[in-house]
Amino acid sequence: MRLFGFLLLLAGWGIVVTALALMVADAPRIAFVLAGIGVEIVGLVLVIRAHPVQRGAHE
Amino acid sequence: MIPASTAGISFPATLLCLAFIFLVPCAAAGLALISTGLGRSRSAAHSMMSAMCVLAVAALAYFVCGFAWQGFAGGPAHVASVGGKEWNWIASVPFFLRHQALDGSPASLVALLGMFSVGLAALIPLGSGADRWRLGACCASTAVLAGCTYPLFAHWVWGGGWLAELGTNYGLGRGFVDTGGAGTIQAVGGLTALSIAWILGARRGKYTREGLPTAIPGHDSVLVMLGCMLALLGWLGLNSAGAILYNGAEPGHAALVAINTVLFAATAALTAAVITHTRFGKPDASLTANGWIGGLAASSGASAFVSPGTAAAIGVLAGLLVTFSVEWFELHMSVDDPGGSISAHAMGGLWGVLSVGLFARIPAMGGAGMQASGPGGQWLAQLVGIATLIGFILPLTYGLNWLLDRVYSQRVGAEGERQGMDLYELGAGAYPEFIVHSEEFTER
Repeated sequence: MRLFGFLLLLAGWGIVVTALALMVADAPRIAFVLAGIGVEIVGLVLVIRAHPVQRGAHE
Repeated sequence: MIPASTAGISFPATLLCLAFIFLVPCAAAGLALISTGLGRSRSAAHSMMSAMCVLAVAALAYFVCGFAWQGFAGGPAHVASVGGKEWNWIASVPFFLRHQALDGSPASLVALLGMFSVGLAALIPLGSGADRWRLGACCASTAVLAGCTYPLFAHWVWGGGWLAELGTNYGLGRGFVDTGGAGTIQAVGGLTALSIAWILGARRGKYTREGLPTAIPGHDSVLVMLGCMLALLGWLGLNSAGAILYNGAEPGHAALVAINTVLFAATAALTAAVITHTRFGKPDASLTANGWIGGLAASSGASAFVSPGTAAAIGVLAGLLVTFSVEWFELHMSVDDPGGSISAHAMGGLWGVLSVGLFARIPAMGGAGMQASGPGGQWLAQLVGIATLIGFILPLTYGLNWLLDRVYSQRVGAEGERQGMDLYELGAGAYPEFIVHSEEFTER
């Protein structure tokens, strides 16, 4: 889940960058940038959930 | 934007800029004191020793390859053409500062400020890794940050990279704007601190078997408060030098930058004090200090481009954000961050970056007066910067530190935590004439 979360973070950033490069009109560019950020948020939630309390993990 | 390398700055401005840059190490000293004071007494000497080593490694790594990859606006760089637009990805300045005129030119001032800035960014993770991060691992992680992660993002923002060119290429305001490093220094350092906290895990005894956090208070509030005062001095220099060097501000503009910086810190700290007083009956010193630093981190975004009233308002919101996020990270994310580095620097820095898009009035290209940021313009550029920090820098810094952890374990062994980092790694404590700790924080 952690790896998948980080992959989603990268994918979201990829959508943001691609939207900048490929979209010419303002509205779709803004929509795709926001969509990319949405994907990043999902990825961040997954990464957070993949790091539970680590008590005793290193003992 | 006036590229530092091509515009040149006057001799008096150069002198003033040098004076501002020489203040920046005060911020480093402040952060080192804060990390030490918020950690345990049995790790105090180790914490200060780590801070000194981190500054040394950061300066060395930046000298070897950091500046070569960060570069400066108008300097040599690798450029890719995408959709007919130029995307400037990474600088191609020679390693070891070779062929670089270190004579007071804007590029040499950028190199000097960069050397201090990267040290500041590298100090931030020390707060989240306190009491359990091995000295050798601190140094190795710093080399990765100062030699790779920081220079890459700094080039994109301050070296004429693709984020800085969002305005020119795609009409997004003036491109990604970051006066003194809210994103480049604070958020990069804060996200690295989050990665380190995740990789190291919580301190022994921090969480009960039911997952509830226990309080492990810092050992010296005086050090923490002194650190806050020193940090303010450093931030005054950092924001003022950044405004002149990276944003083409006139030297006289430093007065506004300084006033705003103080207001950011003041309102954020007071907000934290009021919130903790309201919730717990008494103001909390460590959270107030975190609020102060969070306000300073946020100030690095917009301090050159907002009125004092707006700065105060942004500071209040920074104080709210930092205070509640400390609790959120500890309670709901189970992240053990003894120094509050993630909340103060990552959250404060990201808020500072966003505040530029929401509130800043940025001079038009060519410096013809002030203009309001238009819809779909500056705020979108700032959002793209935040998306890059969370979507690219966080995975990058986590991945590099995870790989480092596979090669060289970053966390000290259980015996080291029990003894304290001072005795285990340095062989002597910070306060040898006093009995300074007990076992009251062992796991229940």
